[in-house]
Amino acid sequence: MSDLTDVQTIEDEIFEILDGVVRLRAQPRPLEPSDDLYAAGLSSLATVDLMLAIEDRFGIEFTTEWLNRRTFSSVAMLRQAVVALKENAP
Amino acid sequence: MPAADAVDQQARFPHEALTAMRRAGLLGAAIPRAFGGRGAPFSDIVAACYELGQGCANAAMVFAMHQIQIASLVRHATGSAWHRDFLARIAAEQLLIASVTTEAGSGGDVRRSECAVQTASGQISVAKAGCVISYADQADALLITARRAPESDAGDQVAVLARREQCMLDPVAQWDTLGMRGTCSRSYSLSVAADPAQVLPDSYATISAQTMLPVSHITWSAAWLGIASAACQRARRTVRRRAVPGGAAPAGSLRLTQALAQLQALRSQVGDATRRFEAADSDVDALHSIAFALRMNQLKLTVSTGVVQVIGEAMLASGLAGYRNDGDGSLGRHLRDAHSAALMIGNDRIMANCAALVSGYRGEEELFP
Repeated sequence: MSDLTDVQTIEDEIFEILDGVVRLRAQPRPLEPSDDLYAAGLSSLATVDLMLAIEDRFGIEFTTEWLNRRTFSSVAMLRQAVVALKENAP
Repeated sequence: MPAADAVDQQARFPHEALTAMRRAGLLGAAIPRAFGGRGAPFSDIVAACYELGQGCANAAMVFAMHQIQIASLVRHATGSAWHRDFLARIAAEQLLIASVTTEAGSGGDVRRSECAVQTASGQISVAKAGCVISYADQADALLITARRAPESDAGDQVAVLARREQCMLDPVAQWDTLGMRGTCSRSYSLSVAADPAQVLPDSYATISAQTMLPVSHITWSAAWLGIASAACQRARRTVRRRAVPGGAAPAGSLRLTQALAQLQALRSQVGDATRRFEAADSDVDALHSIAFALRMNQLKLTVSTGVVQVIGEAMLASGLAGYRNDGDGSLGRHLRDAHSAALMIGNDRIMANCAALVSGYRGEEELFP
């Protein structure tokens, strides 16, 4: 499991997941945390893979409140979700 | 619908029904009043599919398919002047719209295209091979999917609304099937030359998830349900004729009861899905949620297999009166038409899509969401 004291680490791990598990189409330049993932080619099926990989990597479970299009729209949004879900984990 | 048997026997387009629909302004019913349509709510369109399905499955399916294109234009293209003008034309002239979403190279997966929009001298063109197009010969316009540009990914698609005159269609195969014989769903090679303004503003990914998928599955399910309902009505008349006042329930009563029970369950499903779609309206989060996608896919799976079971029970209730091809108790056409439901848009593919999504499904805590 990840150390949450460094916000940069979470985003790095999410980028790792995007490179490894979820295959977005070839990008003209490296993705920024605020870039729109759907515009970069994230499909609904790939979203499920991304969600499962993030849950496994960070030991969290997405609640319905965080399971929407907005959460998965960028790496920055996903980082927010991971932090919030980790804080509120039982 | 008196011509329904002829349409089935001759595997021809249901001209009579379309003429009646045009006279009643039905082809423009779902177009907002601002563009000259009736502004009919979605539930009215669904109810119309159900009613048409009772008379002629082919007329109902043609109507449903047309309404899917109309919904796509109304929900995703009114930001474009060209499409606003064309919507007004559809309403005024009662134009019929067909769709071209499949392709030989994509194997029935509408969310992947091989062909791409080519641009040259300020005009666009698309060449699409092996597409299945229903009622292409009677359509006034076609909604065609393709990759956004030659360098685009297979899933990066747009939709183009082309007038029939802008399209060259080469039929590749006939449509001679067990049922649903009047939709004329032949394979074609298609090439179209159009103006860039005719490309719909929203991506096809958006149009498909937010509109085409739910509207398709709900309107088709209503049409199929209409077929099953008509079959039950015929079986009821057949069973009723055997009734002896004061005697035991006539032969077939038990089977008919089972058929009606299942029919009612399927009707509830269609009603619930309709309300759910209307409630989602333009809530992008709701429309793109896994719960919504699963719900709409499950509707199609359940109704497509359910109607065949209902009509089978109605056939058993009717006995020979249902099995023979003549007489007003005949159920052969209904059964044959109903069998198309699980095939024409393949259930196995839909189930595979659901399976890929279901790990992300979190369930619904409330009984009445």
